[in-house]
Amino acid sequence: MLSQFLAQAQGQINPPDVSYAAITPILIVLGAACLGVLIEAFVAKESRWALQVGLCVVSILAAGVALILFMNSDAAKGGVAGHTGVLTLANVISIDQPALFLWGTLLALGLLALLLLADKTVDPDGALQTEAFPLFLFALGGMMVFSAANNLLTMFIALEVLSLPLYLMCGLARKRRLISQEAAVKYFLLGAFASAFFLYGLALLYGYAGSVRLSDIANAAVGTNRSDTLLFGGLGLLVVGLLFKAAVGPFHTWTPDVYQGAPTPVTAFMAACTKVAAFGGILRVLTVAFQSTQWEWRGVLWAVCIVSMAIGAIFGLTQTDVKRMIAYSSVAHAGFLLVGAIALNTNGLQSTLFYLVAYGFTTIASFGVISLVRRGNGEASDLSEWAGLAKRSPLLAAVFTFLLLALAGIPLTSGFVGKFVVFSAALQDGMAPLVVIALVFSAVAAFFYLRVVVLMYFSEPAEDGPTVTVPGAFTTVAIGLGVFITLLLGVVPGFVLDWAKGGFLG
Amino acid sequence: MGTGLLLALLVVPLVGALVVAFLKNDDRTAKVTALAVTLVEFVLAVLLWVSYEPGGARIQFSSSVDWIGQLGIHLSFGVDGIALVMIGVIALLVPIVVGSSWADRLPTGRSAGGFLSLILVQEALMVGVFAATDVFLFYVLFEIMLIPMYFLIGGYGGPRRQYAAVKFFLYSFLGGLIMLASAIGCYSLAADKLGHGTFDWAQLVTVVREAPLGTQVWLFFGFFLAFAIKAPLVPLHTWLPDAAEQAPIGVAVILVGVLDKVGTFGFLRYLLPMFPDASKALAPLVLVLGVIGVLYGSLLAVGQSDLKRLIAYVSIAHFGFIAIGIFAFTSQSEVGAVSYMVNHSIATGMLILVIGMVIARGGSTKIADYGGMSKLTPVLAGLFLVAGLSTLSLPGTNSFVSEFLVLLGSYPTQPVYSVLATIGMILAALYVLWLYQRVMQGPVRGNALVGVSGGPGAATDPEKAAVTDLNKRELVVLAPLVLLIVVLGVYPKPVLDVVGPSVTATMQAVGVADAVPAQEGK
Repeated sequence: MLSQFLAQAQGQINPPDVSYAAITPILIVLGAACLGVLIEAFVAKESRWALQVGLCVVSILAAGVALILFMNSDAAKGGVAGHTGVLTLANVISIDQPALFLWGTLLALGLLALLLLADKTVDPDGALQTEAFPLFLFALGGMMVFSAANNLLTMFIALEVLSLPLYLMCGLARKRRLISQEAAVKYFLLGAFASAFFLYGLALLYGYAGSVRLSDIANAAVGTNRSDTLLFGGLGLLVVGLLFKAAVGPFHTWTPDVYQGAPTPVTAFMAACTKVAAFGGILRVLTVAFQSTQWEWRGVLWAVCIVSMAIGAIFGLTQTDVKRMIAYSSVAHAGFLLVGAIALNTNGLQSTLFYLVAYGFTTIASFGVISLVRRGNGEASDLSEWAGLAKRSPLLAAVFTFLLLALAGIPLTSGFVGKFVVFSAALQDGMAPLVVIALVFSAVAAFFYLRVVVLMYFSEPAEDGPTVTVPGAFTTVAIGLGVFITLLLGVVPGFVLDWAKGGFLG
Repeated sequence: MGTGLLLALLVVPLVGALVVAFLKNDDRTAKVTALAVTLVEFVLAVLLWVSYEPGGARIQFSSSVDWIGQLGIHLSFGVDGIALVMIGVIALLVPIVVGSSWADRLPTGRSAGGFLSLILVQEALMVGVFAATDVFLFYVLFEIMLIPMYFLIGGYGGPRRQYAAVKFFLYSFLGGLIMLASAIGCYSLAADKLGHGTFDWAQLVTVVREAPLGTQVWLFFGFFLAFAIKAPLVPLHTWLPDAAEQAPIGVAVILVGVLDKVGTFGFLRYLLPMFPDASKALAPLVLVLGVIGVLYGSLLAVGQSDLKRLIAYVSIAHFGFIAIGIFAFTSQSEVGAVSYMVNHSIATGMLILVIGMVIARGGSTKIADYGGMSKLTPVLAGLFLVAGLSTLSLPGTNSFVSEFLVLLGSYPTQPVYSVLATIGMILAALYVLWLYQRVMQGPVRGNALVGVSGGPGAATDPEKAAVTDLNKRELVVLAPLVLLIVVLGVYPKPVLDVVGPSVTATMQAVGVADAVPAQEGK
């Protein structure tokens, strides 16, 4: 409403019309989330779980179908061909090629994360409360809006819609593990700060451009002699908020604690989907609103890239907990992603989108595997417990090794193709020194992935090692799909690269 | 016909690996199957060699399909003379490795099936690396090749195998990544020049060689680093002694005999044709590193107290020779370098195998634990000497031909380096003959042969020591190598004929002709 009001106040010519076909996927997901809340309130406890899981699966699939239908419709094709995308709801949502791609990615990754979340066989007594499911859908809906938001205010609201459920989901295991509570509080406090940064930046930019629309900010930045302080102050604060969500160093401090503390399926969801949404936002803000001023801010983001890769790769070496290790790995990956995001050309965009898909699937599958290694009633995420795992569960060790190699970026895995396309885009944009630094940190990071492989294969198993749960159907499917896609994108990445083609245009 | 053979060479070991992997519980069947597969591979390689026309096209038996069309990446294979002889070496050495590790005791919990299936995968990947004619495909295989090797060293090696495996992997992986950056740089150049990016080797060569010297130098370094780590040239060599020491004998043969040749092969196939100006400008650097490698490797070989580490340093010295031969830019030195790649595989491969047989008898890798072994095992001692003499390039053995060609060819253009490298030949005589003397001659002594505390191979009476001479299997394993050492020493023509035209083509690509000294820095 506010954005409509703002739009009208500036005398927009377009009346706010709604392209329902375009936003059906969002409506389905958010609608199902509201329905889920009602189910929590009115349905008896015993039957809630099945109902909630069913609702989630159906709504994600329905949203996927709606998305495919829309992509094949004339409206979408026209919008994409005209390079404007479909602008709707008074231009606050821009559904262009990358947005469609990100939605598809979010829905697919969301489905996988949901399967992990819904599996009761892995963690029988402590199965998550059913509240998790509506929260999950709200977060997913928020992410979808976030990656299509064409206006900073919408983006902020979407940011809150996606963040608040995540804070709660982190704390869902609080009764069993104190660390889960710590994770929730930490994520909430730091996240609130990040939101405040974002909002402050938004306010400054509004002061600069007199509008919160990305394209208006871009126009203002080109054709005015207004104070640059407002522009760059605003940009800086805004980007800090976004980088926080994407777990880019040095704004990563919450990541290891939250990844470790949150229940593993929630971590999987957070690691994969939040990263996709956050980078969707970063890409959109940078390419649409700030392309013309890139020479001013690019140096800073270079430094951020390097810091993020360095923190991820170097601190990752010292970790003794698998989940914390993957958390630092995600910080390093965020640095690699940012390299692609600041290569402001079509290849940079395409490659970053590809990298997000590749990283998302590999990460979800990895957390799926991690959730299977258990001791007593909790996860055995300490690295020493993984020693000699290959002797007791060769299949699990093989799968995890493959995923680790993908994270390290070994050829024939999606991780390699992702790195390859991102770095070649960056090279084409004349960022050779940054690429070389990134390659060096890739090699450093490879060391800690290898360390786990060494532990699993070449070390003697501990006397009273952890047990490896036989996964239920849901987890098996999630891990299987993740591994399959990691391999598929490593061997024949062409089709996804094709999908990822296209550009953000305000 | 030839194309089919080449593809079969790639596929057969992979299929074999899959079959062998499922024979986990039956070690004997696994070994027989693996041996059969590697022998089939050998026959295929011989057929490929026969159908190759030395005077024909630059790259023969080529085949190509699109892999990632958007990025101009193809699955394309083909061989020139240099690749062909290396594939021959692979096909020769792998069955020998399978035979030599027949009776190896594997670590508890590991099956022969697992080991052999990794060896077969390794074989397929090595053939692929030499046969790839797409730079991206080459890179992919170059990196993937590390994984089976990593598991072979880490899973089946000596006490410090984890350290050695990780060190090996990280060194090569880092080198590969830097090479990838260079490859992407070449791709971008092609995209600018041709309008569409490509990784096809032949096309890249035509584009990149025209690039200005400054660009070439940067791209050269990317590739050079990867190959220099692989080869290994001296400041980047420290992984090899550790890896060779910890790897099981058969794996060490593959590592030193074939895997390291990827580096020198890369010099010839990628560095020289793609970056001719940079190669000429930077030749002094490589020559200096080569000479340092020869002298430093030889001196350290003299000083080693461990049998396997000694071999590693010997190899480092030999790779120095090969590098000198390649960057001296005369056809004699280049042909010498390529044939050195083959002969080093044969001679050093045999030396490693023989040393493995010594270690299998004595149970120790320390030189000081042996002495006077020829009294107990005269045949083993004799073959030890043959391998050693070939390693020190005695005239009449295969290595002599290569080493002589390298020195002869490099003298006209690079007399200083040539003379310095000759010192390496003298040192070679020292480390080989002294090693032989310490291990084989004199009275029977040493903890491994004369047990003092009931250690491995212990016996109180030297005449009754539990050390037996070579058995039939070991003789069969070594026989082909002995044969080749002698035959190629007297009649090296088959190898020289095959590599000659490819070397000439490489020389033309660099733009240097014989008799005219290479113009440095131009």
